[in-house]
Amino acid sequence: MCLAIPAKVLTVNGQEALITVQGVQRTANLMLLEETVAPGDYVLLHAGFAIRKWTAAEAQEQELLLAEVGYTHRD
Amino acid sequence: MSAKLQEIQNLLAQIGRPVQLMEVCGTHTMAIFRTGLRSLMPPSLRLLSGPGCPVCVTHDSFLEHALAIATQPNTLVATFGDMLRVPGRSGSLEAARAKGANVQVVYSPLDALAMARQHPDLRVVFLGIGFETTAPTTAGALVAAARDGVKNFSVLSAHKTMPNALSALLTSGEVKIDGFLMPGHVSVITGTSIYEPVARIFKRPAVVTGFEAGEILAGVEMTLRMIAEGRAEVGNAYAHTVTAEGNVKARALLAEVFEPCDDAWRGLGVIPGSGLKIRAAFAAHDAARHFPAPKVDVPETSRGCRCGDVLRGAITPPQCPLFRNVCTPWSPQGACMVSGEGTCAAYFRFS
Repeated sequence: MCLAIPAKVLTVNGQEALITVQGVQRTANLMLLEETVAPGDYVLLHAGFAIRKWTAAEAQEQELLLAEVGYTHRD
Repeated sequence: MSAKLQEIQNLLAQIGRPVQLMEVCGTHTMAIFRTGLRSLMPPSLRLLSGPGCPVCVTHDSFLEHALAIATQPNTLVATFGDMLRVPGRSGSLEAARAKGANVQVVYSPLDALAMARQHPDLRVVFLGIGFETTAPTTAGALVAAARDGVKNFSVLSAHKTMPNALSALLTSGEVKIDGFLMPGHVSVITGTSIYEPVARIFKRPAVVTGFEAGEILAGVEMTLRMIAEGRAEVGNAYAHTVTAEGNVKARALLAEVFEPCDDAWRGLGVIPGSGLKIRAAFAAHDAARHFPAPKVDVPETSRGCRCGDVLRGAITPPQCPLFRNVCTPWSPQGACMVSGEGTCAAYFRFS
């Protein structure tokens, strides 16, 4: 239950962002996030809240993250 | 991965005695099984599952309180799905729902808040379960409810924090633990620094790690290296995601809404300062103040379930007489079999 999942930010509207996670779009609340986010950034999502940001470049460094968002699985 | 496994074997040979590490987080337990890591570990390394499954450690008294609320008129109880099937002394929330109670599964406390806005005629009570990752999201919903005057929204809090529970485990000395793998996403909020007491006072390595096979192995390797070198430090094998200071903003919100309290854990009993209760400033949204707790006092072990022993790492699930016999994921007798990240559910699925 304490698992958060990576999600890609599509649009930002004040304290909320539209995100896509595992192919599904939903809103994420940004009130817990210390950083500002822009479309294309990635966030770690937990129970409807973004709790950590990665820029697209940082996310790319972590193949893991992109793999998870893109639905492919590797071990 | 094989290079890491080889290094783990080398370190164990260097240590020269059996080592027991506890993975604190329920998601780690499930990941260690799912990735097959448990079967790859050398025999001299034993991985114990700890008290890090929030639903599992939630005490029966909380469930009884939730059930009592659910049976009140004009009430809606909103909960994370894992709580639904936990068998309590007087049934489960799922059974209560079958009898007509309004119990809804939500993904976020904000979903529960939205239900309260949509149904001003209902008293919507969100069951606040979870550790430092989840508690700030409940705090966020409470701040929004207070700001917008959503008077019919409240939270029954069983939120807990991990450090004092680990201290209690180590103080009891019941189970030999040589080092800890610490939860990855709890630590996004807390930072690695909250594990300093485990390292400093109890002289055990505490290493934060992620949930992929390679990350877990890196965490195990780092922990073993500390043991081999006689160091008890806080390590971070998940550095791209977790920092030493954590998410300061989330913790500030947590502190605004909640204060520490003594709290009862399944299997561990009452641990001082291990719970989070809603501050007086948010009393209007504190379900514990609006709905009296029922008076029930039945021993936890009344059904023969040994979840409590499993949660302390004192036994593994197959040592429980109910496991696989009367206790299965289809007919769970205890919380550790219900939750998707419960130790018993993991053993049932993967061993």
